[in-house]
Amino acid sequence: MLNTMVHKKNFEDYFENLVQGMLKPTINPFQILLNLHFQHKKKSMSVRVEGLTKIYGEQKAIDKLSFQVEKGQILGFLGPNGAGKSTTMKILTGYLPPTEGSVEIGGFDVQANPKEIRRLIGYLPENNPLYGDLYIKEYLHFVAGFYPIKNPSARVSEVIDLIGLTPEKHKKIGALSKGYKQRVGLAQAIIHDPQVLILDEPTTGLDPNQLVEIRSLIKALGKEKTLIFSTHIMQEVTALCDRVLIIKDGKMQANDTLQNLQSTFQGEWVTTVTFQGLFTLEHFKKIKDVQRIRQIHPDVIQVITAPGIDVRPLIFKQAVKDDNIIIGMQQDRRSVEEIFQKLTGSDIQ
Amino acid sequence: MWVIYKKELTTFFNNLTGYLVLSVFLTVMGLFLFVFPETSLLESNFASLEPFFEMAPSLFLFLVPAITMRLLAEERQLGTLALLLTKPIDEMGLVIGKFLAAVSLLFLALVPTLFYYITLYFLGSPVGNLDTGAIMGSYLGLLLLGSAFASIGMLASSLTESQIVAFVLAVTGCFLFFYGFYFLSGLPVFFGKWDALVQQFGMDYHYHALSKGAPDTRDLIYFLSVIAIFLLITRFVLQYRIRS
Repeated sequence: MLNTMVHKKNFEDYFENLVQGMLKPTINPFQILLNLHFQHKKKSMSVRVEGLTKIYGEQKAIDKLSFQVEKGQILGFLGPNGAGKSTTMKILTGYLPPTEGSVEIGGFDVQANPKEIRRLIGYLPENNPLYGDLYIKEYLHFVAGFYPIKNPSARVSEVIDLIGLTPEKHKKIGALSKGYKQRVGLAQAIIHDPQVLILDEPTTGLDPNQLVEIRSLIKALGKEKTLIFSTHIMQEVTALCDRVLIIKDGKMQANDTLQNLQSTFQGEWVTTVTFQGLFTLEHFKKIKDVQRIRQIHPDVIQVITAPGIDVRPLIFKQAVKDDNIIIGMQQDRRSVEEIFQKLTGSDIQ
Repeated sequence: MWVIYKKELTTFFNNLTGYLVLSVFLTVMGLFLFVFPETSLLESNFASLEPFFEMAPSLFLFLVPAITMRLLAEERQLGTLALLLTKPIDEMGLVIGKFLAAVSLLFLALVPTLFYYITLYFLGSPVGNLDTGAIMGSYLGLLLLGSAFASIGMLASSLTESQIVAFVLAVTGCFLFFYGFYFLSGLPVFFGKWDALVQQFGMDYHYHALSKGAPDTRDLIYFLSVIAIFLLITRFVLQYRIRS
């Protein structure tokens, strides 16, 4: 059930390459066919999830999830804690069997072809489990041993460089800082150059500098792979993702590109006003075009209006009239944070 | 499977478990066989390794669970089991790799004891007056017994995240399978009628049968089936209990 577009594209590539091959007779035509074979393999590395449901006893951990990710895309999996993100990811890797529904990676059904799937994917589990008493190199060699890698030593050094572990490469994993441990976790996930990467909360517990570094790593990896990662941090999604999937209590709340999501929810504009001292809330509610007002702090209110309406001058005039002092005023479209709040009905940190 | 085997074997010798097991086994054995007069080979009037093969199972009863307790319980505790089982290896490969590593360690513990055999060989009068067949049979029995203990230990280790719990469970399990059936056969229900049959379920029965020097396929089959059954249950536990 592969996308027909993909086939067509490959067919065109095939002829293009064949013609080029004839023009340059030094190139072995078999080599071209071989390359095409691998190219095809790489192109179809999409992840398709259909009606995925997981029931633990009485509780539905995830409920009829369906989505699709293509090569070169980064999918951000967003949800409050306990929404079913980790469960979904464990099912994607084949570690947990689903109660219902199916997962297809690169054309392979996850439950029917565990061996193939495990070669295709790289997985960073929740909490990044590691053997603290192994040295980084030792550990990466061990992980490399599971895969048919031609020159494991070279690959291990390459990955150590790529992930930025070089300054610490002679240490034991247990002696590393949290940021470097996270890098080791990422390194083991990409050691066999998998086409599909599944990262479960890769940035939890990192300090701001480490966050930036790990994020840029993820961004770089996402360019050539199909990448799914989960998080409960909003900025991460805005910074990294092409698509966003928001779930709550195991149910899909949104599955769209970031831009679409933002424009859908830009049904209102928010003006945040900070006062110094007292003010009369009721007077501001009477301003023309104001839909409603939220008081988010004793001194701070949010004035919500329809899109395209700038109420700042009116607010200012009203404040002057009431002799209130305004020390800050900012107009925003809806942020991802608010979209998230609206969809999941929960607070973020 | 060999990836796991190699890793476990290096881990044994990295965190000293391996050296500890080897030295405890050899020290205790050495003390009993050459120092303590009650059980000393040198004091005995017969050139026989029987005291060694009588004591070794009791020592294995504690040492084997100490080797195996870490194997799966630690992976569960660290969460690395999720990592391993998403690599291209199935549960059986994981279980067998770890099991073989434990058995190899036991084998390494037994190799230096051939020194006892050599000692006795030259102490005999005339030199070489020794029942070599019985000794080889006993070695085979001891290795199989250790392996069976290891398979029980694997199962115990797969049931819990705590290494201590795994150790206690394994010691209990090994004890029951080694002596339990012998004691059970003394119950009035069985005594006189079924006691011989009940005894045959126990490991000690087959262990002693092997030490007579004429290996019987039934004893071999018994040990191999016990090992296979426990390893299969371990695989089952990994597959269904942990992943559900």
